[in-house]
Amino acid sequence: MRFCCEVEAIIGADYLKTMPAIETFALEKTYQVGFWRKKTKLALRQLTLSVPEGEIFGYLGPNGAGKTTTLRLIMGLATPTGGSFKLLGGDINDGAIRAQIGFLPEQPYFYDYLTPRELLRYFAALSAIPAKECTRRIEAVLKRVGLYEDAWSTQLRKFSKGMLQRVGLAQAILHDPKLIVLDEPMSGLDPMGRREVRDLIEELNHEGKTIFFSTHILSDAEALCDRVAVLSRGELRGVGVVADLIGSVKGNVEIMWHGAAAVKAVQAAGFECHVIGETVRAVVPEANVDQVIDILRNSRSKLIAVTPMRTTLEDYFMAKLSAPAEVTQ
Amino acid sequence: MINRVRAIAFNTFREAVRDRVLYNLIVFAFLMIGASLLLGQITIGVQRQLLINLGLTAISVFGVLIAIFIGIGLVSKEIDKRTLYTVLTRPVERWEFIVGKFFGLFGTLIVNAGLMTIGFFVALLYLMHGLQSSDLSILAAIYFILLQFMMVTAIALVLSAFSTPIESAVLTFAIFVVGSFGEDLRDFAEAAKGGAHYVGLAVSYLIPNFSTLNYIASVAHGNAVPAGVVLWNTAYAFLYGGAAVCAAALIFQNRNMK
Amino acid sequence: MKSKYRISAILCSVMLVMIAGAVFALSRVALYRPEARLEDILYIPSAKVLKRMSLGYNGLVADIYWTRAVQYFGWRHKHRATDYHLLYPLLDITTQLDPNLLVAYRFGGTFLAQQPPDGAGQPDKAAELLERGIKANPNEWKLYYDLGFLESMERQDYAAAASAFQKGSQLPNAHPFLKIMAAQMAQHGGDLATARMLWQTTYASTEDPALKMNAEMHLKALEVDETVPKLEELVREFKEKTGKEPTTFFPLVQGGYLRHIPLDPLGHPYKLLPDGQVEVQDPEAWSFIRQGRPPKNTESPAKP
Repeated sequence: MRFCCEVEAIIGADYLKTMPAIETFALEKTYQVGFWRKKTKLALRQLTLSVPEGEIFGYLGPNGAGKTTTLRLIMGLATPTGGSFKLLGGDINDGAIRAQIGFLPEQPYFYDYLTPRELLRYFAALSAIPAKECTRRIEAVLKRVGLYEDAWSTQLRKFSKGMLQRVGLAQAILHDPKLIVLDEPMSGLDPMGRREVRDLIEELNHEGKTIFFSTHILSDAEALCDRVAVLSRGELRGVGVVADLIGSVKGNVEIMWHGAAAVKAVQAAGFECHVIGETVRAVVPEANVDQVIDILRNSRSKLIAVTPMRTTLEDYFMAKLSAPAEVTQ
Repeated sequence: MINRVRAIAFNTFREAVRDRVLYNLIVFAFLMIGASLLLGQITIGVQRQLLINLGLTAISVFGVLIAIFIGIGLVSKEIDKRTLYTVLTRPVERWEFIVGKFFGLFGTLIVNAGLMTIGFFVALLYLMHGLQSSDLSILAAIYFILLQFMMVTAIALVLSAFSTPIESAVLTFAIFVVGSFGEDLRDFAEAAKGGAHYVGLAVSYLIPNFSTLNYIASVAHGNAVPAGVVLWNTAYAFLYGGAAVCAAALIFQNRNMK
Repeated sequence: MKSKYRISAILCSVMLVMIAGAVFALSRVALYRPEARLEDILYIPSAKVLKRMSLGYNGLVADIYWTRAVQYFGWRHKHRATDYHLLYPLLDITTQLDPNLLVAYRFGGTFLAQQPPDGAGQPDKAAELLERGIKANPNEWKLYYDLGFLESMERQDYAAAASAFQKGSQLPNAHPFLKIMAAQMAQHGGDLATARMLWQTTYASTEDPALKMNAEMHLKALEVDETVPKLEELVREFKEKTGKEPTTFFPLVQGGYLRHIPLDPLGHPYKLLPDGQVEVQDPEAWSFIRQGRPPKNTESPAKP
């Protein structure tokens, strides 16, 4: 019982009520490298992570952090050298579990001599979608990912990267899976394409699906995700609910005004001022806002703007990257 | 299960066809036409022999080459190009993938050989102005060629499961060459003494023996193929090929994707 | 853009010039190696090595070497060559690759044995080849026949010939002729009649056009060999009876000794020489005759 409460305290009570879509326990992967395969390289160290069902979960990290390795491990493409994991409460090697998961690898290639229709028909056969349902589903899914109809019967070798990405998404959702795992889903897309994919992910989430995707584009994660995890050099650096992380709990406030007269006074109070012509700009902690505004009023400066600076996900990200390795939150 | 294997097999077959691999048929067609027209210079008896030798050798060689060139890439190409990832993450077993690939390539070879056989018999008919009873044994020789394809495909598949295309190509070709000496090796082993005898025997039985499947020269002389040979060759090819496919599945089962 | 075309043009011309130069250089080198082209045929002289390299496709490679052997012999024979030293190696390779290629043994049995320019003049090799053929094809009576033929015609070993015919006659489907020849050898090994029988059987039993034509030439030669002495005998009779020395056959026709001017099997009239010898019109056209030749120009090599 005591143990249970401690866990609750760490993770959050509501968390335990739903079954996690993805759960890893000290998952580890080392490679043998070098000509004689003597040296070991640690790609992933002791990853313990839990992705609740029904959420959009972002897996962040710089290039080479081990995100793709993690995805490969949980999708059963590579075998871990340590630890274990569960997907939808079951074993990835179980066909029944895999039938409920959709996967989009990074930079997917498909059989380029096939057309999208043929490719999806092939995948449909592998996912045991009944034959008469096939055409309907394929067309619905292609429409949904925004691939225009002329392209449906064109060979994939002629597709641009963005179009291939859409086909990739199509095959990931074709069999209506409960969990969708995406590796860098926005890569190669133009801003409009990214927007479409973002909308699609939200739609899918509203249908009750869990989305787990890796990315190094923080703005996407900030806009989409319920929860994020930060990975760096194979180690988990932080996990948190996005809404909590980007609140302006201990934020700063940016104050802009006209009038050089107040500058000395503000500086005397201990805050830096940045002067460009007539406009002055200072960043002060939230607690000191009133103090500075008083100074400005007394000097009859013209106030232009008082803007709270919210911490962004990027701040959180950079902070976690530079902090020394610690126990995950 | 059958559906998935069939889907993979069909996909493999489709890839081979769209890869223009069957263009060798055109070369073969010209070969046959040319041969049956030019052979008028030689005596009747040798004409027929030469046509059969040429035709069946071409069917065999073309098929083995295709088996090797496509076979070595069956798995490694998919891994390199990463087309494999979205397949294996579906409810497909790894062994189903291997078996499907095998049947896809083997099916391609059968179709290829089948078309060539038709072309060959047309040429033979033109040359001999009719069929004779010994032509039946030609079918037996072609059947053996198909068995040969089965074994080469399986071996190429095993190699593809763990090595790069170039390594596989060299190895498969080397195995084919060694396999042609199977009987010589056995003779040598039987004549040797002590350790060399046992090692030699073991090796000679374990390497794929292709010479038992080569009855081309014999049917060119009009000899019939004994039923016992047909039976045992069939068993040998099926069992050896099956074992190789199992080995391929085993290797693939434990393989990490990069 | 213009420079792009210019570079292409320059490259193209340089390439063509170099190709021409290379061809020229090769032709110069070839002069130093006149034998090389012939030996190229036997680039792999060892039959065993070749068998290994065939990777089981012996039948086809054997057929290829068979074709080469036929062409080698045919081309040289047409040009009346006297050297056929590559014939045996070629046939050796052919038969080692495909021991059941009967026609190769039969071809060798004839053309290895005959004297140049009609053969390699190696009857021992011919016998060796046939014996190997018999070992590999023990139920083929035709090979025994060829061996018997060789022994009697080329080697004059009538005992060996009889033995070969005898063995052959015991095989299933053997031509009944073999038994007869076995008996004949003992008594009449060297007779013209025997020779005629042999050549007629060969002519009838082979399908290979080269062998057939060869047999035909022999038969025609035999006819000459039979006819010439008879003609010479008639001329002697005429001289005795009339005391005249005829310079043509015309008087003999008039005198009723001959029904018409005698023609040789090629259709040319025989020549009557002043000393009573009869010769064929064109000795060069005849390969195998022993009679009817001018004595000095004996090209057919010494054989009793």
